[in-house]
Amino acid sequence: MSILIDHESTFIIQGITGREAVTMTRELLDYGAKLLGGVTPGRRGREVHGVPVEDTVRAFTERTRVDGSIVVVPPAFAADAVHEAVEAGVRLIVVVTERIPRRQVAEFVEHAEQTGARIIGPNCLGIISPGKSRMGGIGGSADATHRAFHPGSVGVMSRSGGMTVEIANALSQAGLGISTACSIGGDAIIGSTYAELMPLFEADAETQAIAIYSEPGGRAEAELAEYMEAASSRLPVVAFMAGRFMDAMPGMRFGHAGTIVEGREDTTAEKIDRMQRAGIAVAERIEHIPALLRERMGAR
Amino acid sequence: MRFFEFEAKQLLARRGVPLPESRIARTAEEAADAQRELGGDVVLKSQVLSGGRMKAGGVRFAGSADEARGAAEAILALPINGQHPQGVLVERKGEIAQEYYAAVTWDGRAKRPVIVFSDMGGIDIEEVAEAHPDHLSRTHLSTLRPLSDYQAKLAVARTGVTGGDLNRLARIVLQLARAFREHDLTLAEINPIGKLADGSILALDAHMEMEAEARGAHRALLAELGIPEHDTRQARPPTPFEVAGAEVDAQDTRGVAGNVTEFSGSLGLVIGAGGGSLTLFDAVRSAGGDPANYCEVGGNPSVRKTAALTRLIVSKPGVEKIAVMMNVVSNTRVDIMARGVIKGVIEAGFDPADKIAIFRIPGSWEEEGFAILRRYGVEYVDRSVSMHEAARRAVAKLAGLDGG
Repeated sequence: MSILIDHESTFIIQGITGREAVTMTRELLDYGAKLLGGVTPGRRGREVHGVPVEDTVRAFTERTRVDGSIVVVPPAFAADAVHEAVEAGVRLIVVVTERIPRRQVAEFVEHAEQTGARIIGPNCLGIISPGKSRMGGIGGSADATHRAFHPGSVGVMSRSGGMTVEIANALSQAGLGISTACSIGGDAIIGSTYAELMPLFEADAETQAIAIYSEPGGRAEAELAEYMEAASSRLPVVAFMAGRFMDAMPGMRFGHAGTIVEGREDTTAEKIDRMQRAGIAVAERIEHIPALLRERMGAR
Repeated sequence: MRFFEFEAKQLLARRGVPLPESRIARTAEEAADAQRELGGDVVLKSQVLSGGRMKAGGVRFAGSADEARGAAEAILALPINGQHPQGVLVERKGEIAQEYYAAVTWDGRAKRPVIVFSDMGGIDIEEVAEAHPDHLSRTHLSTLRPLSDYQAKLAVARTGVTGGDLNRLARIVLQLARAFREHDLTLAEINPIGKLADGSILALDAHMEMEAEARGAHRALLAELGIPEHDTRQARPPTPFEVAGAEVDAQDTRGVAGNVTEFSGSLGLVIGAGGGSLTLFDAVRSAGGDPANYCEVGGNPSVRKTAALTRLIVSKPGVEKIAVMMNVVSNTRVDIMARGVIKGVIEAGFDPADKIAIFRIPGSWEEEGFAILRRYGVEYVDRSVSMHEAARRAVAKLAGLDGG
């Protein structure tokens, strides 16, 4: 098993004829993902690496089962693309686009809540269930992806796309491997937070532990800590906290749109303390994560 | 992007929010004139993009033109958190009977805007939230349904306020929420709203921030307020080095090679991407290193763009070596990065083998990249060496240099 996607998952790419999406199409097909095709308005009848292009999402959903969509359209059109997918009944929407204004993000997230669709991102690299499927550019070429993402027992969630791959690579090298890795996005408002994805990992028999990457800004780590305390989770969690230097630099934005120290709870010191009080181990370095996970997996 | 208080108050004024009568003064003489026009007691407030003005001495009181001149002189000469005041806001001062707090901001957990209101204004709202939770209300707003008057009323009534004050305060809160929505603000705050001895209710201070991504959609408004497009309104103004970094990134739209922040150390950093840069900057510091800069390289920047960024960093006064490091990359091509940094170092007139302390970018086309690095004698490591270990080696190399 895995969460969100497996080898049966069918999906499309909105914005498939863009340069980045064309490369992604090649990588996804090489990886063995069930990519049905994609949408670019006005380009119906074309193909990208052998998969069809349609004008609308409905052109796909009316004739076949579409489990998901990857949104790779420019920021000015991204929110519209997500609303179209939600309205067409797509249940899993991975929003890769960055720099979407916050209010537009909140609007499509609220729209998705109304229909029960799940949003991942925006400003994310995608999701991967190693050896089964992936949605998004996560991992790069199929060969590079196989190298960094070995199938295994650890669920990964990260506010940074690049660090999702770095952590997965460390877990693969250590022989633990990954059940599903999810780049959840670096914006202040995202479709799915750590705490919101935890119940999915909880229900996944393959997942035995969780590794997360976190940053200054926002309340996602506090929310995860509250979840861990309330849910008496079976899964040990190890976190890595980047951006410790930012604690002394309030008001400065580094890294991602959501990474800014505005209030006391935004600092890494506060977040580390909050997570540790909830039983989450905090690794000082990425390479310490596998050993910390093993200790805790053995203890349960 | 933060607005000065006088700008935020202009946005409130055009919505009919009651404000103290005021003048903006750019010089001490203008402040004296302002006091004469307003008459009586005035408050003079430093216009800086920073909190803590009162504590820093940026807020003063005056009862005459001479006092106002003196107060303005002191304020204009006083930087607060490294920022020089853009002027002095001179306002008529009234007797305050009661203070309230109102803000509209994003709640990242609820993923909605939230109205925060308190009948204990004027002090740190986080303290009120902890010590007096019954005096603070949180009212979430839908982004899809229209904003309605009752939501503002609810926010105020939840703290127990009633009577004429409820209606007057709700009108202010409603306009604050409208400003938040229509101007794509990330924060719209009035602290305090003051009820004066005569019963009138005024917005005494205002703090607003517009989302940087939304600036393009509000060009007309920003032009009306006289805010130039290049005015970034960061917590501190950008240094020339940072401006040059932004120009590098703007050369073309392929990939990112910028987001430069200046520090004072001797190890230049060409690092990426978003989370990788945060991790690597920490890693250098925890190894005892002293970074000369922060930056972000991501996606697939051109050789030209990477070279320009590298040239900027390696040429920075005080930089002895640079470290080129990223997390395991998905889209970035390692060979193109290797070409870019070597080109930049050579263009700056240095030897890559000497100047590049370490190169750690694992990912696609890494064999091709490593071959280029070998040709120039640059030390590189693959994914078997962690980000922290790579940073440690770079710092150690520099320390060896310092030691002779």
